Amino acid sequence: MNFVALRMLTGDRAKYFGLVFAIAFCTFLLENQTSIFANILRRTASQILDVTDAEVWVMDPQTEYWEQTKALKDTDLTRVRGVPGVQWAVRLFKGNPVAKTLKGKFAVSFLVGLDDATLAGAPRKMLMGSWERLREPDSVVIDKAGYILLFPNEPLEVGRTLEMNDHRVTIVGISDAAAPFASLPVMHARYSEAVNFLGRERTELSFIIARPAPGVSPEELTARIGARTALRARTTQEFMWDCVRYYLKNTGIPVNFGITIAVALVVGAVVAGQTFYLFTVENLKQFGALKAMGVTNPRLVGMILLQAASVAALGFTIGTGMAATFFEITLHKLATRGIVLMWQCVALTGACILFVVIVASVLSIRRVLVLEPAEVFRG
Amino acid sequence: MAATDLAVSCHDVRKHFGEGETRIEALRGVDFSARFGELTFLVGPSGCGKTTLISVIAGLLDRTAGELAVLGTRMDDLSGTARVLFRRQNVGFVFQQYNLLPALTAAENVAVPLLTAGMPRKEAVDRAKSLLSRLGLESRTDALPRALSGGQQQRVALARALVHEPRLVVCDEPTAALDHANGEAVMGLLAKSAVHPDRGVIVVTHDTRVFHYAHTIARMDDGRILEVTRPNGSSRTPGPGKTSSSPEEVFA
Repeated sequence: MNFVALRMLTGDRAKYFGLVFAIAFCTFLLENQTSIFANILRRTASQILDVTDAEVWVMDPQTEYWEQTKALKDTDLTRVRGVPGVQWAVRLFKGNPVAKTLKGKFAVSFLVGLDDATLAGAPRKMLMGSWERLREPDSVVIDKAGYILLFPNEPLEVGRTLEMNDHRVTIVGISDAAAPFASLPVMHARYSEAVNFLGRERTELSFIIARPAPGVSPEELTARIGARTALRARTTQEFMWDCVRYYLKNTGIPVNFGITIAVALVVGAVVAGQTFYLFTVENLKQFGALKAMGVTNPRLVGMILLQAASVAALGFTIGTGMAATFFEITLHKLATRGIVLMWQCVALTGACILFVVIVASVLSIRRVLVLEPAEVFRG
Repeated sequence: MAATDLAVSCHDVRKHFGEGETRIEALRGVDFSARFGELTFLVGPSGCGKTTLISVIAGLLDRTAGELAVLGTRMDDLSGTARVLFRRQNVGFVFQQYNLLPALTAAENVAVPLLTAGMPRKEAVDRAKSLLSRLGLESRTDALPRALSGGQQQRVALARALVHEPRLVVCDEPTAALDHANGEAVMGLLAKSAVHPDRGVIVVTHDTRVFHYAHTIARMDDGRILEVTRPNGSSRTPGPGKTSSSPEEVFA
């Protein structure tokens, strides 16, 4: 009887495609909005996640997220290095100097100062030039998006100059640093130079990044550093979630996206659910005839569930394909670079679609189960 | 007449819908029987209880009171599921509005009772095509119902009612939606292909033009059988209803 169920489903092409596309668009909307939301929040921690060689971040106890820093004392670095289980620990500076081109174009930038000796904390992806050239005096590495912002319509090339805090600096590399939350250029320089590009303050040590010794977990090390130095120590993942939580709590992003996602869910669920329910209701006469001919209730339930599962699977697949295509197109745009379709959002949307289809199926099944087969004699 | 001659036997069958002021007495003590090898017509004005009676006989509706035996089986002895399986195996239906599944071809529609019984699809469809050929629809086996005329659709419905060789066929106004010629053709086909010594056929109709096909006519009004006649003058044992083979014998 499975083929009967599927033929009933696909027999009326208009209804069938309506049903499939209702689920497909619901899937697309949910995956699209949740992925954009998650990716934008992830951007709040882009510069943290770009650091792949350290697993532990140490900061002032009052620091809540990446943007908010209070400089540490130089002696804090020594104290952290003295904690058992630290394989190495180095300085990291973060500032927001204004970078100016010779043509007068300027932009506030993210400037990250890397440890002079090790260059630890640099993103691994380099498009042009090399990290080693940062050892040259007055040099910076800029991300591609920042380069295009400062040098619009000009080819990517190293050797161009910028002015920062009356310092003339040379671009020695172009990186593919992850996009920050605010679309600002991301620059990397040696720590000793970065502090000068911004303007000297009494203390400049924004963060200490560290790596645990073999056998020591990052979580274990953060606990030890916290206990011994009274500084705030977080693993990379913890610090990323700190940033996400901060933006969730203190900005309108979750509310705005939440409303959009809720509307997408409600509209999609109602349209998809109601379409499927109406599909069953319009076929009640056929189900009644089958009941009269001796098709048992469990078999009818199986037929409805098969119809629901088929239409949900097809709609979800098409919707996911649409979402994947959308993100594939936008992935390479400057403003939306790095925003991808997240598998977690696909799974979450799948669960939502499954829930909607189950609810619609249960309502449909109820109508069929209470249907008197004698109804078929009533014209 | 022996009880085993009877495909259906009802005694004092009652059925009401609703309660209190909305209570409707659809069947008010029906005594009725239908014999194997015969076309038994159930006739009467609209609303007299014909459809309710065949629904009760076919196991589609539960009666309120009375005794009912179908193909020698007391329906009270069957649980809900057993009754569905009994219906699947033993009863064929022809509906007034055909009730063909619009997405299935004629042959697939005919195959539904076989598929329901678990027969593999190809075998079921082949058997359905063979039956449709015997009913003169060999060129229409792959047509969808919407491409068939009313008469053709009713012939497909008839094939569907017979394909699993049921021992009881219940037809509800099979000619009501057809013109005279098609009505005659369908009834002729029904008489020719459905009547079988081991099968009872009950036809609900008020199409007087086809009464001559009946072996027995039970006239019904106001929820009761008023009269049972045998228009073809058959010399076989007396017809259903209040005959020498009373329902009491069946339920004894």
